[in-house]
Amino acid sequence: MTDESMYRTMRLIRRFEERSIELVHSGHIVGGIHPYIGQEAIAAGVCAALRGDDIITSTHRGHGHVLAKGADPVRMLAELTGRATGLNQGRGGSMHAADFSKGIYGANGIVGAGGAIAAGAAWAHRNDGSDRVTVSFFGDGAVNQGVLLEAFNLAALWRLPVLFVCENNGYATTLTVAQAVAGSITARAEAFGIPSVSVDGTDARAVYDAAREAVERGRAGGGPSFIECTAYRFDAHHTWEHKARVRYRSDDEVAAGRSRDPLDVLDLPADVRGAIDAEIEALLAEAVAFALDSPAPDPAGALDHLYATGLRTRDGIGLLDSAVR
Amino acid sequence: MAKLSYLKALSRALNDEMARDEHVCVLGEDIGVAVNNVTTGLLAKYGPQRVVDTPLSEQAFTSFATGAALAGKRPVIEFQIPSLLFLVFEQIANQAHKFSLMTGGQAKVPVTYFVPGSGSRSGWAGQHSDHPYGLFAHVGVKTVVPATPEDAYGLFLSAIRDDDPVVLFAPAQALGVRADVDIAALDAVPLGVGRVHREGTDVTVVAVGHLVQDALAVAEQLADQISVEVFDPRTLYPFDWAGLAASVHKTGRLVVIDDSNRMCGIAGEILATAAEEMRLTVPPKRVTRPDGAVLPFARELDLAVQPHADQLLTAIQEVYKSSPR
Repeated sequence: MTDESMYRTMRLIRRFEERSIELVHSGHIVGGIHPYIGQEAIAAGVCAALRGDDIITSTHRGHGHVLAKGADPVRMLAELTGRATGLNQGRGGSMHAADFSKGIYGANGIVGAGGAIAAGAAWAHRNDGSDRVTVSFFGDGAVNQGVLLEAFNLAALWRLPVLFVCENNGYATTLTVAQAVAGSITARAEAFGIPSVSVDGTDARAVYDAAREAVERGRAGGGPSFIECTAYRFDAHHTWEHKARVRYRSDDEVAAGRSRDPLDVLDLPADVRGAIDAEIEALLAEAVAFALDSPAPDPAGALDHLYATGLRTRDGIGLLDSAVR
Repeated sequence: MAKLSYLKALSRALNDEMARDEHVCVLGEDIGVAVNNVTTGLLAKYGPQRVVDTPLSEQAFTSFATGAALAGKRPVIEFQIPSLLFLVFEQIANQAHKFSLMTGGQAKVPVTYFVPGSGSRSGWAGQHSDHPYGLFAHVGVKTVVPATPEDAYGLFLSAIRDDDPVVLFAPAQALGVRADVDIAALDAVPLGVGRVHREGTDVTVVAVGHLVQDALAVAEQLADQISVEVFDPRTLYPFDWAGLAASVHKTGRLVVIDDSNRMCGIAGEILATAAEEMRLTVPPKRVTRPDGAVLPFARELDLAVQPHADQLLTAIQEVYKSSPR
């Protein structure tokens, strides 16, 4: 794993997020997003330790994971803007972006919901004789969700190849970790006998090293692992936060958090950075143009894909009737 | 012809489907020893990789099944009591059910949620006696309530083979029903197709689950006065509206008997649809549990809350005698 490739992934995530925030403000992304800025090293480091056929489950703050696992940023941005050309044909948006061809079982709007899904996927692939590993990303807020702790138990009990990655960005929406978590985060997993480690989540190399060890253990039949990655969420919980005018972090705290930027931690020559930056800039210009030029989905298909079997539902009050819209 | 009980039919269906398709697996509490007598012999036959005794972790193992399904399995979950579905409503209604649409058709979640012993089992009181099929029909999860042994077999087969999540409620009071059936002729029964158990010309009675037996008995009791047609929807979602319309267009009169709560219940939906779309000649009636009922413990109180054959008989007579509007 080279520093260049890791930096490329982080730079992609960073600029994807920044361009997305612009598109929220310009009204092209409706509903807003949960920015991942400041946490890029976690997605980049973990996904660098994975194979293409490994699986991830992601969170409401999931763009970084989805991009790092290999989803096409062009179709991803089309998804965020609700276009028919999006990864999910405009049916999922920011919080449900998925690409099953890349092993991305989807971002998820319910905190902690992906852990048990990841455990089930890991179980199924292992029982098929595969050595695929499944990673479940979640935040510090999720460690207080009972279903996630139940999933730890199942994964440890059945020695499933799951890597649980807790992104501790200090806040569950506006509640601090100190206000929310009794005991320590790693102790949650240690209680189930899951090997746990806490790493600096702004250091992509450190995250990668921890993830590689955990992934190798899972692939070799050694069961689940847990990594806590500490980082700081540079931006708001959600892009609507500034409208709510909530204040829960001091300017000093935010400045201190931002002073350690994961993109600056890797020591790369300026010309290498510059070349990668230019490459990413061009890619995102293409993505924005593609998204904005892409057609919106046809309202008549609002309930397409509701059922895998193609079952059609009865109409409601003119939902699918263009005359009523 | 051989006698087949409803419970044995369920067991046979699961066994046959596991033999036919290696991707079918079963998860649940106490299924190794087959506490409900449905999974008898499966652990010895298929081993612990396909017959998985789970810890008491309903939320985790329900989403675990979703993950396994996303990875290619066809899990069947056996829930020992219907009220556990309240605990896992998030995992079914908000996760499994929504994957197909939210991913733009990338994912399918072929999980069967199977409840052998739904509704009242005398003396099990408030938290073990619900019949929450209406909740699943409301959110659009495929919902099945077989009434007879051959339908229990055939609908269970179809539920397992369906590419979407399906909840199958086997009413406690139907488990002991026995019928003469040609075992060799047992086959899949398609979801969404109702069944006329008895033809009649005066009143259509829609009966759900074990109440089909009661409806048939009442119809027989009234045979010399009123010609009653007994329609069993078999699947509550999708509902066989065309089948019901054919019956109602013949009789013009409708009574529904359903062992779930009245307010926002499936009986109300059937009446509303009939009123909107079918040629009712007189106002319809429904026989249900009361609004917001919780089943009390004492036998007399439990029975007082459940819909009864004598209430059905009265409703049929009233509808038959009422004046055309």
